[in-house]
Amino acid sequence: MRNPFGEMFRGFGAVFYKEALHIRRDQMALFFTLIIPLLQMVLLGFGIDTNVRQVRTIVLDENNHVESRELIDRLRNSDTFRVIAYAHTDRELNDAIISGRAKVAVKIPWDYSDQLLKHDTAQVLVLIDGSDSSVAGQTINVATAIGLDESLQRVLGGRQALPVEMRPQLLFNPDSRSPNFFLPGLTAVLLLNVTTFLTAFAIVREKEKGTLEQLFVTPVKPLGLMFGKILPYLGIGFGELCLILLLMVTAFRVPIHGNTVLLLVLSLPYLFVSLSIGLLVSSRANSQSEAMQLSFLTFLPSIFFSGYIFPRDTMPLPFYIISYFVPASYYINITRGIILRGAGIMHLWRDGLVLLGMGTGLILLAAKRFQKKVIAT
Amino acid sequence: MVTQVPSNSAPIRAENLTRRFGDFIAVSGVSLRVEKGEVFGLLGPNGSGKTTIIKMLTGLLPPSGGNAWVDGLDVRTHSEAVRERIGYMSQRFSLYDDLTVAENMQFYGRIYGLPAERLRKRIEAIVALNGLEPYLGRLAGKLSGGWKQRLALSCAMLHEPKIMFLDEPTAGIDPVARRQLWDLIFDLSGQGITFFVTTHYMDEAERCSHVAYIYYSKLIADGTPEALKALPDVNPPGTRRVEITAPEVTRALRMVREMDFIRSATIFGQSIHALVDDRFDVDDLKAQLAQSGIIVSEIRPLQPSLEDVFVALTYKHKAELEAVNA
Repeated sequence: MRNPFGEMFRGFGAVFYKEALHIRRDQMALFFTLIIPLLQMVLLGFGIDTNVRQVRTIVLDENNHVESRELIDRLRNSDTFRVIAYAHTDRELNDAIISGRAKVAVKIPWDYSDQLLKHDTAQVLVLIDGSDSSVAGQTINVATAIGLDESLQRVLGGRQALPVEMRPQLLFNPDSRSPNFFLPGLTAVLLLNVTTFLTAFAIVREKEKGTLEQLFVTPVKPLGLMFGKILPYLGIGFGELCLILLLMVTAFRVPIHGNTVLLLVLSLPYLFVSLSIGLLVSSRANSQSEAMQLSFLTFLPSIFFSGYIFPRDTMPLPFYIISYFVPASYYINITRGIILRGAGIMHLWRDGLVLLGMGTGLILLAAKRFQKKVIAT
Repeated sequence: MVTQVPSNSAPIRAENLTRRFGDFIAVSGVSLRVEKGEVFGLLGPNGSGKTTIIKMLTGLLPPSGGNAWVDGLDVRTHSEAVRERIGYMSQRFSLYDDLTVAENMQFYGRIYGLPAERLRKRIEAIVALNGLEPYLGRLAGKLSGGWKQRLALSCAMLHEPKIMFLDEPTAGIDPVARRQLWDLIFDLSGQGITFFVTTHYMDEAERCSHVAYIYYSKLIADGTPEALKALPDVNPPGTRRVEITAPEVTRALRMVREMDFIRSATIFGQSIHALVDDRFDVDDLKAQLAQSGIIVSEIRPLQPSLEDVFVALTYKHKAELEAVNA
């Protein structure tokens, strides 16, 4: 009478209808669900700037000649250093670094100009606060480059052209804007956040109320229940994605270089995965607070091992291997690919396929666990 | 598709049904048979295994041993077919508070796959029966306990099951609602629906056409209330039950218990229910109490109540257990 495929999903329509009613009834919750990730995005998007600029610098110029002042001007003209004070003693210089008032201290010794005139090597001491590695790294590079450039100018007498000139060109994000780099990854984390919580809560609530037990005495099938539960939230997740992208393009001026439709389509398997994770969480958790903790547990790898903050390529091997099992790794590749690099389906179909596979595996696992576990409680 | 055992079999039948959770035996060798249209009451203290039996009969929990058939179907092998034929109302009100009365019914109707037209007719018929009409648009969470329970019952019977399982349906609702729910149950059983109800209210047990008592995982009584009250264990040879009405019942009880022809005595409202042996002498009892200034106003013979039955059987069961252990 019923086809076997339809039989597998029995009860899907009823559960979908009911879940849609729940969502419609609790519009306050829906509003917060949609608005909070956008707020997070605004805070993180404006707050995070990994570019090192205007590092507080203190200078001790013992030499105080034209040559030393020229060097100081070069430092000031680079966007990297901002001279906040001039010290008069070594002690002052040290104090400024230790107290944290300055991140960089530059000491030009009294014989700087003399050494230059004698064509000896003039030494300049650059003290760098290493407690912030990204600041330290960049200031070392810039300071060294300035020194090298200064030396070349002097060796070549400032007339001759340089024999070799490297001309690096930064592709895709020419201004090195942080939002361009962070927001595509943040999208993955925020979506995971929203959808995992939503589905986990949707089922755990029924466990707490006892309605789940009631459902299991009806002829509803686990897969019907699962899909009926997640599809409404897939809709919400998709709406959230559109809002996030809209905010990204307008407020943060991060253009989507690739095909927006492709981005939306390839987001579906990722949403499917994170919804399935929510289901799996709910098959384990018996209360909403437990569900909350378990969900957070799944967020951590997505934040740290997905390449969202730390590049995957520089991870130690064990973490690099783990990153292959983190769905967000694939999705961040998709978002950065399409948004920043203008990648097309031929570059990204594998990521989409992996996500689809993960989602299917997880939902089958969740269905199996429900068939076995919930019934026996 | 599903082969049914010949129709002479009872709607609910269990043979030696057992359920273990690890080392713990929740249900031990329970056999019972519930006939069509009966209201079967399963009594027992909390944790005695009532809910576990219901869960096994409804296919929620596989038995560890023994067999059970519901509507002729083996619950072990045909749990899905069983679920389609039964209505089940769990201990807690399993309704969606943020859905209206009508939406709750529609949801459960759809879950059972009722076509729209039939669902509409069923809801109409059920609403006419249980008086939920004025509340159709109200959120289920805003209903009082009694109405909630009637809605839960309605949701459980939308698909016209012939067998209903109710797990403590009246826990926590007021006496009027309790009576109304039982009236509804009897209305439905009159239409041929079989009810399997767990409860720990004695007065509810008295209403049932068939009761069983489960004590620490074992069924220790099974029959009509009348048959149980006539059991020899309840009425040991040479004994009878009397009701003694007197002022100051608590003081009277202490004295009555001292008398040598009294087997047991307990207070019931303003009177004492006592089990007495054949040495019992009305005048002797009156005289003894009168010495302490208690004037007995009435002594009359008494039928055992179901409570008496269960108390007597529990004592007997305990004694047997101790004998075995010793």
